[in-house]
Amino acid sequence: MIYTGITRLDPATGTSTVADARVGAGEERRDGRGLLLVPGFVDLHAHLREPGFEESETVATGARAALAGGFTTICAMPNTEPALDAPGLVAELLARAEAARGARVLVIGAITRGRQGKELADLVELAAAGCVAFSDDGAPVADARLFRHALEYATVTGLPLIEHPQDLALSGRGVMHEGVTSAALGLAGMPAAAEDGAVGRDLALARETGARLHLAHLSTAGSVELVRRAKAEGLAVTAEVAPHHLALTDEWVAGSRTCAWETAPAPRVMAYDSATKVNPPLRTAADVRACWAGLADGTIDAIATDHAPHASIRKDVEYQEAAFGISGFETALPLLLGGVRAGWASLATVVAALTVGPSRVLSRPLTPGDWVVVDPELEWTVDVTAFASKGRNTPLAGRRLRGKVVLAAVGDEIRYDARDAGMGR
Amino acid sequence: MTWRRRHVLATDDWSRDEIEQVLETTERMREVLSRPIRRAPPLRGRTVILFFAEASTRTRVSFELAAKALSADVVNISASGSSVEKGETLLDTVRTLEALGGDVVVMRHAASGAPYFVAQRTGARVINAGDGWHAHPTQGLLDAFTLRGALGDLAGKRIVIAGDVVHSRVARSDIHALVPLGARITLSGPPTLQPSAWLHGAPPEGVEFEADLDRALRGADAVIALRLQRERQEGGLIPSLREYARVWGLTEARVALMREGAPVMHPGPMNEGVEIDAAVAHGGRSLIETQVTNGVAVRMALLYLLAGTTSLEAVAA
Repeated sequence: MIYTGITRLDPATGTSTVADARVGAGEERRDGRGLLLVPGFVDLHAHLREPGFEESETVATGARAALAGGFTTICAMPNTEPALDAPGLVAELLARAEAARGARVLVIGAITRGRQGKELADLVELAAAGCVAFSDDGAPVADARLFRHALEYATVTGLPLIEHPQDLALSGRGVMHEGVTSAALGLAGMPAAAEDGAVGRDLALARETGARLHLAHLSTAGSVELVRRAKAEGLAVTAEVAPHHLALTDEWVAGSRTCAWETAPAPRVMAYDSATKVNPPLRTAADVRACWAGLADGTIDAIATDHAPHASIRKDVEYQEAAFGISGFETALPLLLGGVRAGWASLATVVAALTVGPSRVLSRPLTPGDWVVVDPELEWTVDVTAFASKGRNTPLAGRRLRGKVVLAAVGDEIRYDARDAGMGR
Repeated sequence: MTWRRRHVLATDDWSRDEIEQVLETTERMREVLSRPIRRAPPLRGRTVILFFAEASTRTRVSFELAAKALSADVVNISASGSSVEKGETLLDTVRTLEALGGDVVVMRHAASGAPYFVAQRTGARVINAGDGWHAHPTQGLLDAFTLRGALGDLAGKRIVIAGDVVHSRVARSDIHALVPLGARITLSGPPTLQPSAWLHGAPPEGVEFEADLDRALRGADAVIALRLQRERQEGGLIPSLREYARVWGLTEARVALMREGAPVMHPGPMNEGVEIDAAVAHGGRSLIETQVTNGVAVRMALLYLLAGTTSLEAVAA
């Protein structure tokens, strides 16, 4: 495929050039004017649900959904059933991913056996089986002593520990951000301090061990500031933020559908839409701005989707009973472009946080031959029934978005073309 | 004014006019209830389903009397012994409700927002009879009606709501019924039982907090005491029921701090000796029984506005 007059953006340097560019094999020519060519996105944080929750997602559906969102490499979190805590499970998952011919799938191994937070998993063996990091994501390692041992022990592997920072006692039975909106809705809240305090603990342990700590899905102004100071101090800490935490606020639980940067309010929907239930929860507009500021000044290294698909039976229930999570692959990019258009960060910063940023977190270079083509102006309606993901759980359902990944190539093979779905030019 | 709302889920977005219309209609319903035969025809042929997924006798009976006084057919789906306790999902129940074909679903549920879930998935009109900590709009409206009966115009009146506000759907609905009528609300109780965002950030319009109940009551025009759930102590929110009763219990001495004759209300059921002394609950200032009586009339008014087939004049005739 040859795109004529396409804008190629190099995230390593932030420079862009306009030229004809070849993506994948074949001689088909397409008008590339107004389109962007960038390296394939790397997602540090995705839930593929296999094994154990195949009604919500499989490796195959997840890896294809990732491509539709521009992610050519995704890291599978180990909160499956059984948890990915043994080399055989890792090998099996990698084999399934290879067969799926979607995005490249990397595996994150569990920190503790069965993600129970009681004893360490065989981290060195997991590393040998191909794991690229370790995490008990979905839950923190609540026992600070065990987490300290994990940080120390993992230095043998050279791989980062990805911690889900949450003080479980403080967040309690909360189902959304604690604030004015939770007070109005009568829903139990998770205070920002439950994240800030956990980040504080994790940074203190990283300082003592010198280990490679990566903090998952930061969502509060307080935790961004703590990481900013830790980096200034020279700690080997990195952090990520999810697209929904860069766009949506806790007001969405009450029925708002106005993105954080929008000045004109969008039509409201009925309150208590369980598609807005996610952990960490959607926070305030001030937290959203702080996350953008952290992205812009380099405090936050990567944008990671925390793609968390759920079968409808786990979402089509009372708000407090619903599972946490948003199906995020296929809507990530347009949300981010909204913030770029508002001037909250540059396009180069966002693309870097989707590519070279996460590649540095993993200490793995970007794969040559992985490319995506973006049409930043393409307007489309989020039709969850057309999702490649099995997870239709997104509060963006039915919404018009601007910006779309129109082509994705893995190892110079075109594996996603929006024209197949009747979109793009 | 034509009634436009399809459901009664909460009054947080209601205009003053809408609240006034309910209160005016309630007056007419009181007239129906004062007749020798307490029955009027406007819901004849309509089916009202009472879906109570959380134990409640008072509110359910109040709705049942209201529906029957308007000649509706009434069907009960209660929690105890029903499929709700056998693991049937709310979605399953909604499908059953749809198949039964009721015109109005009156529902009580332990989960905040459950009536919104049902309202989105049914053709029936939904009246929230209490959802979790969120709202109990008929209680708010009947409290407004009762207070207006006792105090007249509520503009500038200061009403104290005392106790466990954070877990109280009554407190939220009282605020959303009374503030639009011009009343000011003083919340009082342990800070651990108030919404933290209201204490440390922005309380709703017309609402302030005063931890010291004596100070809150001084010169107030009325007080509404809230029920204290005993499990709040186990949750670490209060040290003991004894201390709670001493510091925030409504005693005769405290009631005397209010403006002379200022009434005392409670949504029931009461923990006498905890949030309210028996002498106050059954004393001369108590409007607690009036609240119960007015509850039937308010619920009639809402059923009529939502599903009445004949005019209000036919009711009064």
